[in-house]
Amino acid sequence: MAKGFVAITVERCKGCGFCVEFCPTKVLTLSSAFNSKGYHPPQVVAADKCSGCDLCGMYCPDFAIFGARNAR
Amino acid sequence: MHADPRGVLTGVHFLDGDHACCEGTLAAGARFAAGYPITPSTEVVERFAWRIPTVGGVFIQMEDELAASITMQGAVWGGAKAFTVTSGPGFSLMMEHIGYAAVTETPCVFVNVQRGGPSTGLPTLPAQADMMQAKWGSHGDYGIIALCPNSPQECFDLTITGFNLAEEFRVPVMLMLDECVGHMTEKVVIPEPDQIEITPRRYTKKTPEEFRLFEPREDKVPDMVKAGDGYHFHVTGLTHDERGYPSMTVDTQDKMVNRLQDKLKPFTNGRAIFEAADLEDAEVVVVSYGITSRVAQRAIEMARAKGIKVGKFRLITAWPFPEQHIRDIAAKVKALVVPELNLGQMVREVERSAGGAAKVIGVPHAGGTVHNPEVILKAIEEAVR
Amino acid sequence: MSECLVDIPADAINPVEPYLRSERIPHIWCPGCGIGTTVNCFARALDESKLDLNKVAIVSGIGCTGRVAGYAALDSFHTTHGRAIPFATGLKLANPELQVVVYSGDGDLFAIGGNHFIHAARRNMDLKVICVNNLTYAMTGGQTGPATPDHVISTTSPYGVFEPAFNLVQLAEAAGAAYVARWTTFHVKQLARSMEEVMKKRGFCFIEIISPCPTLYQRRNKMGDGLDTMKFYKQVSKIRNGAPTSECGLTKSGEIVVGKFVDRDRPGYFEMLNAQMTETLGDRYVIPEASSCGDC
Repeated sequence: MAKGFVAITVERCKGCGFCVEFCPTKVLTLSSAFNSKGYHPPQVVAADKCSGCDLCGMYCPDFAIFGARNAR
Repeated sequence: MHADPRGVLTGVHFLDGDHACCEGTLAAGARFAAGYPITPSTEVVERFAWRIPTVGGVFIQMEDELAASITMQGAVWGGAKAFTVTSGPGFSLMMEHIGYAAVTETPCVFVNVQRGGPSTGLPTLPAQADMMQAKWGSHGDYGIIALCPNSPQECFDLTITGFNLAEEFRVPVMLMLDECVGHMTEKVVIPEPDQIEITPRRYTKKTPEEFRLFEPREDKVPDMVKAGDGYHFHVTGLTHDERGYPSMTVDTQDKMVNRLQDKLKPFTNGRAIFEAADLEDAEVVVVSYGITSRVAQRAIEMARAKGIKVGKFRLITAWPFPEQHIRDIAAKVKALVVPELNLGQMVREVERSAGGAAKVIGVPHAGGTVHNPEVILKAIEEAVR
Repeated sequence: MSECLVDIPADAINPVEPYLRSERIPHIWCPGCGIGTTVNCFARALDESKLDLNKVAIVSGIGCTGRVAGYAALDSFHTTHGRAIPFATGLKLANPELQVVVYSGDGDLFAIGGNHFIHAARRNMDLKVICVNNLTYAMTGGQTGPATPDHVISTTSPYGVFEPAFNLVQLAEAAGAAYVARWTTFHVKQLARSMEEVMKKRGFCFIEIISPCPTLYQRRNKMGDGLDTMKFYKQVSKIRNGAPTSECGLTKSGEIVVGKFVDRDRPGYFEMLNAQMTETLGDRYVIPEASSCGDC
């Protein structure tokens, strides 16, 4: 089980890509799908690598993603 | 509620209008002032700076009038009764914050000791040429109250009235002194604290969950809150809905702007403050305010001595303009004579209210001194002809 | 839809959420704008500082950053252009138990509001001033601001800026700020720590945050989008805590010196006021308390 997980509020995302770029363990990629405003939100591609550090949450200018540690 | 005794200098004093105004602020419960020096108004805050440390409160001299007029409003939302004082160019600088106080419904008092303008004009000499500016100076539609004392005693009394009205209607109140009234020294009687009625701020009794910042009561005025009480409210100068949130729609604008004016309606005519004499038999009525009313008084007495039936109507509330009173008088007289220390400001309101029912004769004066009473007398004589 | 987009688990809460007026989100800021990032840091700083949120007030001026107050679930004030600091001064003086944060932009705080900034710093007024410096007037469409570097193209400098820019951290130090730091939106951890630090520090504190405005600044200057700007910050920033602020001026594409530059103790406004009045008036001095004119 991964140490953490990320949670995404798809409809808030404006597709800036900060979370993808600065995730230290490269958990995310931008999806090719659109949200209703036409942006490409991130999606998890390596869930097992997530440390739950929440750096994605700190970077996200749209309050659309955050990371949290899994309960042990 | 009665005045807090700590601020009330009960007794008989010999004070100028500026100092009497300061005593009025303290008696009214003001415990915060922000100012910037400008002649001929500075004495108000000079005295406040001298008095407030032993009463309990803050005076801060700001870096300009823009700052002073918004620092005051910060203090109001922090829970204080607060005011600022200025004149001429300083009043011009404060215009944006009159609009901010109006749209955020911040109860506060602007004291303007009028001097000759435009621009730097006549710093030490009187005028009454900011009357329209007081009403219309900030952009957009809104309502304010303006009061015009004509003596140091009234500078004291009307300052208290001004603070009370600010709380009742949640509007900025303008105290429109002029250099003469500000600098004339006369007897001022300050009553016992329990003889002074104070309108307390009406804080909401609702819980933070129920509370909406700009939800009006039946009287169209919303309840107040202050920072630090757990309401987590939002105040903005943008057009806002009842929650206080920006909402830049035609509907919200219509509702908000109309209420800002409508909430003053009960005050406009029914509770207008004025002084009237000899209206019963009058053929001519002199309408005046501030220092000019005292010069007009002399002219009225001279005319009466000549057998002319002349009455007096002194505007104490200049804004909202007591139009119904003027309309009623106009219906019964030949003419209204309106002397003022400007080239014609309140005379237009008189003319508008009279609606053609009576002749309206302005007696303009560019300021720098008061009228010669003979000039007003001459206008009265012409009016009855 | 080629891929499945998943929403957040029902029981998970974004750490920024308790500090936001969630009903007002999404916000008005553009894709790649850095203001939201600074708000995340602010929320985490509030969290860490364990302050009573009922006693924290936030005051903004006008502009993109001026909208922060409207999104913060605190007592919040969106004031007039340039006047956040004097409004905050009145709020603080009337209710000294409030922690008053001023959150505004470079144009608001340093052009139209510049005079208030230096005087509040001179007085060492107990305000925490957070300036999101996107190097332009963004809300109005990308005009030259007081912090816009040399040679930058803006709508009002179509042939390039030639006026020297303010070095905001140097200005803050010279005017008397007790605490001065600068970060970029890339430095989220450091920024959150600085914000937490100023919550505990008394006196006038200033944090400058260099932040992207991809729509109006970077695009017009061919500097890419928000993400490109973040990478640029990562590349050119140099952490130099304690660096002389005179050496921290910004250029269009040169080094960005970041760090905490000033952390000093000066008597605060109330201390000076109380000391002076007590010295002169003795027992007659009445220390101002939080006013409440409903029951005065």
